[in-house]
Amino acid sequence: MSEHAHDITLAELCIFACSEAFRGNGEVVATGVGPVPRLAAGLAKLTHSPELMMTDGEAYLVEQPVPIGPRAYDDRKPAGHLPFSRFFDAAVWSGRRHAMVTPTQIDRFGQINLSFMGGTYRQPKTQMLGVRGFPGNTICHPNSFFFPAHSPRVFVAGEVDMISGVGYNPAKRVAGGHFAGVDLRRIVTNLAVMDFGGADHALRVVSLHPGVSFEAVQAATGFALENAVAGETALPTAEALAIIARLDPHNIRASVIKDNPPARRAA
Amino acid sequence: MPAMLDKRMSAADIVAQLHDGMTIGIGGWGPRRKPMALVREILRSDLKDLTVVAYGGADVGMLCAAGKVRKLVFAFVSLDAIALEPWFRKAREAGTLDVLELDEGMFQWGLKAAAFGLPFLPTRVGLGTDLAELGGLKLVHSPYADGEALIAMPALKLDAALLHVNRSDWRGNVHIFGPDVYYDEWFARAAAKTYVSCEELVDRMEDHYPAEAHHNIVERSFISGVVELPGGAHPSSMPPHYGWDMKAFKAYADAARDPGDWAAVAGRFVGPSEALYLEHLGGKEAVAALALPIF
Repeated sequence: MSEHAHDITLAELCIFACSEAFRGNGEVVATGVGPVPRLAAGLAKLTHSPELMMTDGEAYLVEQPVPIGPRAYDDRKPAGHLPFSRFFDAAVWSGRRHAMVTPTQIDRFGQINLSFMGGTYRQPKTQMLGVRGFPGNTICHPNSFFFPAHSPRVFVAGEVDMISGVGYNPAKRVAGGHFAGVDLRRIVTNLAVMDFGGADHALRVVSLHPGVSFEAVQAATGFALENAVAGETALPTAEALAIIARLDPHNIRASVIKDNPPARRAA
Repeated sequence: MPAMLDKRMSAADIVAQLHDGMTIGIGGWGPRRKPMALVREILRSDLKDLTVVAYGGADVGMLCAAGKVRKLVFAFVSLDAIALEPWFRKAREAGTLDVLELDEGMFQWGLKAAAFGLPFLPTRVGLGTDLAELGGLKLVHSPYADGEALIAMPALKLDAALLHVNRSDWRGNVHIFGPDVYYDEWFARAAAKTYVSCEELVDRMEDHYPAEAHHNIVERSFISGVVELPGGAHPSSMPPHYGWDMKAFKAYADAARDPGDWAAVAGRFVGPSEALYLEHLGGKEAVAALALPIF
């Protein structure tokens, strides 16, 4: 481990791990929603995957990732234009995109929920955002997820309350439907890195963050996980940390994970 | 010289064209480029039982809070920085609305189906989710060799659409620009009538902005009425003229908790007239001074 490990935060480790999801994706729009995924996409573009495309968070395509947080309005250098009016045609429905988002719930099939919890369609107990673009994203292009608080309330037993994004649930496959675009990639949480590489796309743990056991991850998950742990999640390099700091000058990343813990858990 | 086509109306005239039970599309996106002055004019009227079709923000929240909405067609309702629109949330959790929840892309596809006069357009989007079953969306099968099963996204036909645009002339030659114009042009084409408020109204567009005709992204044959209402998107953003008013959104969101009663606060967020509404904000100059949002 790095001699500076005590200075590296868990959020920074997560950003570094999330950025790996965008490696080798080709010329696709990398969309990170929320500080950690967005910093991860920027980090990927500035290090291993310069071919990635991304927006300023509004409507312009930028070749230089825009720092997050307060800045001057014109402090961005548009190289292209991708307003919503072109977004579905050109990025989502064409499959030329990889999004990393944070749904409210996810289940063992990778089905995700952002719409409502409890109650009914007519009268939800808790109304959330609505499905947004999740149904289209998940059937058209790759998706990855980041969860800052791994718990059974997020990784739910059974199925999510409202299936807002397509997963690998065979019971939800419509005969004759084209599901080849369903491509769930990487899940990064405050505890571990996972993917859908298990039997029949089962979720499996592929690396544990420093000081976390597989049992701890399992205990925080509402369904059985496969253990494919190949080691500890890599700590960000000095170069990566410098880029992260530049892309997040206001240290917004410190507010993402409760109490902003260090990358290596205290024994 | 023949009389010039003149589509000028007042905001009250526009609302008088709308009727109880109509399906009304509202342009913009979340807290951005919303025709809020026209929405406020609806809130001052007796109009009711509306079906509202929108990429929703405070437009949807206010209309729901005021009990104007019978049915809502939506993919989200959000104020961005205030992720969960509190008045929409209240209405949903009270079970007072019929809803059709759609994916954002399906939504624009439904507007396009309506614009082209088609009953539906096919899409893969929605397959494998709960949308089709909950919304009663049906499947179609490709008649070609692939035989693919697809969701038939029904046309979202609108009786009227409301937009807030950057400029218009008396004839309805609109200029819509800024970083993103969302699906405003498709709301217009999906609607039997479209009414626009604008930041700037001119008599003849060609005499004022002849070099900027590429901003005319929807044809005047779709525009039925125009009214000049500078600041008319407030509290939503209207780039490049002004940003959203997050302070106003916060006050509006806080009011959903305390007192939580729209009738008690409608005066603050709607007011008896648009002139008084702007006056309370410090005039249109104060709106124009709102900084553009950073994403």
